[in-house]
Amino acid sequence: MAEVTGIKEIIKPENLVYKRTGIMTDTVLSYCPGCGHGTAHRILAELIEEEGLQSKAIGVSPVGCSVLLYNFLDIDWQEAAHGRAPAVATAIKRLLPDRFVFTYQGDGDLAAIGTAETIHACNRGENFLIIFINNGIYGMTGGQMAPTTIPGMKSSTSPFGRDVRMMGNPLKMTDIVATLPGTYYVTRQSVHTPANVKKTKRALRKAIQYQFHNKGTCFVEIVSNCPSGWKMTPVESIRWMEENMLPFYPLGDMKVPDEKTGK
Amino acid sequence: MTEEIIIAGFGGQGVLSMGKIMAYAGVLQDMEVSWMPSYGPEMRGGTANVIVILSTERISSPIIRRFDTGIILNQQSLDKFEGSIKPGGVLVYDGNGISRHPVRNDISIYRIDATEEAARLNSPKTFNMIILGGFLEIKPVLSVENVVNGLKKSLPERHHRLIPENAKALQRGGEMMREVLRIREQDK
Amino acid sequence: MERELRLMKGNEAVAEAAIRAGADGYFGYPITPQSEILEYLMEAKPYETTGMVVLQAESELAAINMVYGGAACGKKVMTTSSSPGISLKQEGITYIAGAELPCLIVNVVRGGPGLGTIQPAQSDYFQAVKGGGHGDYHLIVLAPASVQEMADFVELGFDLAFRYRNPVMILSDGAIGQMMEKVYLNPHRERSKDVPEWATTGKPPTRSRNIITSLDLDPEAQERFNLKLVAKYNEIREKEVRYEEFQCDDADYLLVAYGTSARVCQKSVQLARMEGIRVGLLRPITLFPFPSERISVLADRVKGILSVEMSAGQMVEDVLLAVNGKVTVKHYGRMGGMIPTPEEVVENLRSKIIGG
Repeated sequence: MAEVTGIKEIIKPENLVYKRTGIMTDTVLSYCPGCGHGTAHRILAELIEEEGLQSKAIGVSPVGCSVLLYNFLDIDWQEAAHGRAPAVATAIKRLLPDRFVFTYQGDGDLAAIGTAETIHACNRGENFLIIFINNGIYGMTGGQMAPTTIPGMKSSTSPFGRDVRMMGNPLKMTDIVATLPGTYYVTRQSVHTPANVKKTKRALRKAIQYQFHNKGTCFVEIVSNCPSGWKMTPVESIRWMEENMLPFYPLGDMKVPDEKTGK
Repeated sequence: MTEEIIIAGFGGQGVLSMGKIMAYAGVLQDMEVSWMPSYGPEMRGGTANVIVILSTERISSPIIRRFDTGIILNQQSLDKFEGSIKPGGVLVYDGNGISRHPVRNDISIYRIDATEEAARLNSPKTFNMIILGGFLEIKPVLSVENVVNGLKKSLPERHHRLIPENAKALQRGGEMMREVLRIREQDK
Repeated sequence: MERELRLMKGNEAVAEAAIRAGADGYFGYPITPQSEILEYLMEAKPYETTGMVVLQAESELAAINMVYGGAACGKKVMTTSSSPGISLKQEGITYIAGAELPCLIVNVVRGGPGLGTIQPAQSDYFQAVKGGGHGDYHLIVLAPASVQEMADFVELGFDLAFRYRNPVMILSDGAIGQMMEKVYLNPHRERSKDVPEWATTGKPPTRSRNIITSLDLDPEAQERFNLKLVAKYNEIREKEVRYEEFQCDDADYLLVAYGTSARVCQKSVQLARMEGIRVGLLRPITLFPFPSERISVLADRVKGILSVEMSAGQMVEDVLLAVNGKVTVKHYGRMGGMIPTPEEVVENLRSKIIGG
């Protein structure tokens, strides 16, 4: 009779390849299967832990799918009104300048109702981090057209596809804020493949570290999928994102500090 | 003692600042004061007025429609406020640009050609102090000394070099009013 | 306690009092007739002395949400505006009330609706006292009637805000904001270093995380929260009613007026008494909580009550509720930036109450 290895013998520190980060709480994530939010949360949680920032971090959550983000990461949180997170974060950072302050916002929150707050915070060069999840749709309210919905893309309020003559054009907020003198580091990433997850984590780590340079706003867009809102399976949605979203929203850095001058 | 004053004229004539100087002087004399300006989009050229109340008692309403004294600097204000002066009250006005002169006979009316005099003295901006000097000659509710100190309080430091010029204008206003009173006495 | 005497506009007094009260932050947006507050603070540069943050926001919406963010850090923060701007701030105000955050909001009221006028009015009573934004909530509302009270209520407002974790509004108007009077200023108070236990300042290992939110998706939990707010408002009604009486002891008739109208009515009382009409004035200092009980007591003694406001008749509804039919209550008001004269008030007292 072959010897069966007991489960208890497998669970050893040296065999550990993956673990829950301490910053994630036990609350079950409220996201749909296949959604990119969970991955983005996890990266953020890992970074806060790895950078030793739990006691310094103050997050501002938006209105949108990630409205309950404050239940998932074990740090201090403020829940902002729809679109107002950059204004809220402005005051936090100005009153507590040595803390690590960030907002986490979706495209409806950041690029529609919160356009003014986003642009002005970036233009003033407020020293906090904006994490912008762009899935081209209003997820929480059931898949309506967002300011980022790409031309021709179907949603519940553009059921025949976004007609830009009637509904206007998608807004590339990341491109816009990159042109503002107040931003320090602006990049667009994604979390749909392991390689991209790694890249995004690297970008976010830089953005977190840059906050303590006090040189201006860091802005990290994460292009993401929304299987429910897009009415696709998770796999289909990833494929659709690669074929349609990424050509419109190409990944990469848009503004990087000069490593030599720090400007 | 309560003195309820309306000062009115064009914006830019120093209406509000005349009131401010009086209010500061009132504070220096340990009085209760209120300074209630008209405010609006017009900064210069439009009409401006301010209600100044000086009192030895707590001031009830800072906004009133009947005044003990009117200090009037243009025609529109004269038309508007002549009727608001209480019977027995005082109206002091600058004759410059006035074609319809006041007509009431139940109040004391004094004309001082302050704009003209200020131009003659080559100090056109001090004409409001000439008027104020004239008023204080009739109703010495504030001492000239306190008004000069009020000027120091209300003027920013960088304008303090203008104080002697303004003090002189105050004196000149007093002289002019004494002259008005002397002629009036002669005519009787 | 040595208090410094100054001659100041009401708006300037708010700004100076905020610095002296040890405020941590001011977030505003220009609008007439209150822009002097932001101008004064920028000129005074408290960020170089006390460390108070002063920021001109891109909109009233941003300003009130900055207040939310600062208040949630446990800081003493404030904003000021005038009617149209306060309408824009209502979103933030209901979130602040819903998150139980302390802050100070000053409304230097001008006439409306819409852009209306820049002249003084009291037409934002309903908005200030009955809610303004959505949901069941109350602000504590203080109504200054002098430049002195504009200054005093800044410190009082912050104290009440922190005592009850509730937004406080100073409901002023353009007349009090723009007029100058003598004001005795309190000495400088140090900015507080205390951190309330609920504040989001970064989670140390010694406590669980703090979350500032106004959201609860569970209706039973949300109702429990609503009941908690109700209990808080009842406590405020019990403990924080403030008012001033002026010659009410022998009064046959009563005027009820707040703010600028109360100043006008003081003079009306003097004028009426010269004519032999025994009239008194009750001036609510807190509009929420409203001095209903006191008005009810006075209603037993007088023959009629005239509520005087620079509005179409807003506070009069609370007077009517307090009087509950015991005597005649009428409203007299001017609107659109017009201020009633003391004589007009006496005429209306005569025609609406005494003759009526």
